[in-house]
Amino acid sequence: MKNKIGLPVGVLLILAWCLLPVAWIISLSFKSQTAITNGSPGFFPASGDGAGWQNYADVLANDQFRRAIINSIGISLIATTLSVLIATLAAYAIARLEFRGKKLVLTMALVIAMFPVVSLVGPLFDLWRAVGLYDTWPGLIIPYLSFTLPLAIWTLSAFFREIPWEMEQAAQVDGATSWQAFRRVIVPLAAPGVFTAAILTFFFAWNDFVFGISLTSTEAARPIPASLSFFVGSDPFNRPASLLAAGAVISTIPIVIIILLFQRKIVAGLTSGAVKG
Amino acid sequence: MTIQAERPAHREKPRSGKPVASDRMRAEARLGQRLVAPAIVLMLLVTAFPMLRALYLSLFNYSLTAPDDREFIGLGNYGVALSDPLFWTTTGVTVLYMVVTVGFELVIGFAFAMVMHRVIFARGIIRTSILIPYGIITVVSGFAWQFAFSFQNGFVNNWLPGISENFNWFGETTPAVIAIMVSEIWKTTPFMSLLLLAGLAQVSEDMIEAAKVDGATWTQRLVKVILPNMRAAIMVAVLFRALDAYRIFDNIFVMTAGAVNTESISFLTYRQTIEQFQIGIGSALSVLLFASVILIAFLIVKIFRVDLADARQEK
Repeated sequence: MKNKIGLPVGVLLILAWCLLPVAWIISLSFKSQTAITNGSPGFFPASGDGAGWQNYADVLANDQFRRAIINSIGISLIATTLSVLIATLAAYAIARLEFRGKKLVLTMALVIAMFPVVSLVGPLFDLWRAVGLYDTWPGLIIPYLSFTLPLAIWTLSAFFREIPWEMEQAAQVDGATSWQAFRRVIVPLAAPGVFTAAILTFFFAWNDFVFGISLTSTEAARPIPASLSFFVGSDPFNRPASLLAAGAVISTIPIVIIILLFQRKIVAGLTSGAVKG
Repeated sequence: MTIQAERPAHREKPRSGKPVASDRMRAEARLGQRLVAPAIVLMLLVTAFPMLRALYLSLFNYSLTAPDDREFIGLGNYGVALSDPLFWTTTGVTVLYMVVTVGFELVIGFAFAMVMHRVIFARGIIRTSILIPYGIITVVSGFAWQFAFSFQNGFVNNWLPGISENFNWFGETTPAVIAIMVSEIWKTTPFMSLLLLAGLAQVSEDMIEAAKVDGATWTQRLVKVILPNMRAAIMVAVLFRALDAYRIFDNIFVMTAGAVNTESISFLTYRQTIEQFQIGIGSALSVLLFASVILIAFLIVKIFRVDLADARQEK
């Protein structure tokens, strides 16, 4: 009760913490490229240093970056769909069936979630080149699947455990066919969980950097994070900060849209998998 | 609609709870194993198999620049790696990254969680904002902070009192490491605070109220009631984040490219295998990295007595 003032201050601190760097990168993306080359310290573009939408136009006119956007969207969506499908099967089994090796699956998922990704990159690099998966979409989709499955399985089995499965029988007693019971009762109950798992999986795939730089070499499969990091510009000692910032802002737009639409689900998903005392 | 008509569906959706015949149990077990099989195969394909291959390749003197000169040298690569001071400095730097970032994230994340737990207004806005650093690409966070710390185009030197306008954060180890840590802490604190918030929500309000009635001060309530009751949540958050922080790579790659001794063990491994094609020694480093992650996980679980059943929600 004494912290009536403390609370709003805390809220402001949280908002500043989260949004200030975002505001900064947006502001930076509007500084002109000559201003960057000459040096332009300051949070906002100084007068005369503004570039309008020029940096965005330039970034989007860049062929490699356009390809990277397509690669990132395609690879992330395919990986998300497959991962959630496979994880749904596994999570259903874990939540509802009794079988040997159930504990093993959960433990394995936990171990893999903690795996140091970089330690796999060398052998995978070697292997992918041998089997022709190097620098291709499937070459990235497969590792993304392996590393998002643990997350998806946890989240989904936590959600599935909460579903009142008896309702399916109840619907059948009331005269529904088993397909109707499944579609009208179980699917709507399970959908939010599946959806949440999909969002978290998508975030992972969208964010990945290690596989993205190691297993690709051209714009044939290079995703946005890798493409951004290779975007050096004409002077390698003074990177085109404002152009990069524009690219960074573009890559963040899908994330922000997803967050705005589904924030509640994301928070539920993040915490359901990890904490349940 | 009758029981008979339903029977085929039973295979897909067997129900527990009824007294079951052993045939039924066996069918259920088989179905269960079949349903998890694709997930297991995929998880192992990209982890166990390459790991075993790394173990094997680490025993060779093998470089992609001279693939024909591949030669079995036993544990030679491990000898080279472990006797190289570079290995030990990078490991030291990596441990430093891990300890400092997780420490700060725990404190700041807990403060955020306390605010979010108590606040009754603007919850949607807070939730949205806190998810943005979580969702943003790490590379983007690295760029944002690198440019912020840049003396040519950044604002940090202007805003921080006592720092010269021309101070180059990326010229020396200590400031460069600090800049990398700032980016890492900014990006991952929200995740920590959400996990801690979930733990905080499970602490019974009655207990806190009772402590208050008994005259416990705010600090006493925090240390004696709140923290012990959310121990499991804290430990799981620390375990996850510590292992994640030990693998730090993206921020270093973007912000310093490993210059001025800011290299982490992940970055060193990457440089050996992908940039210099030294598959042999790179594989040895991969194995050492994997071993050290296992060791850290083991130490955290042992020292803090983390109950892994909590993490697997089996309680």
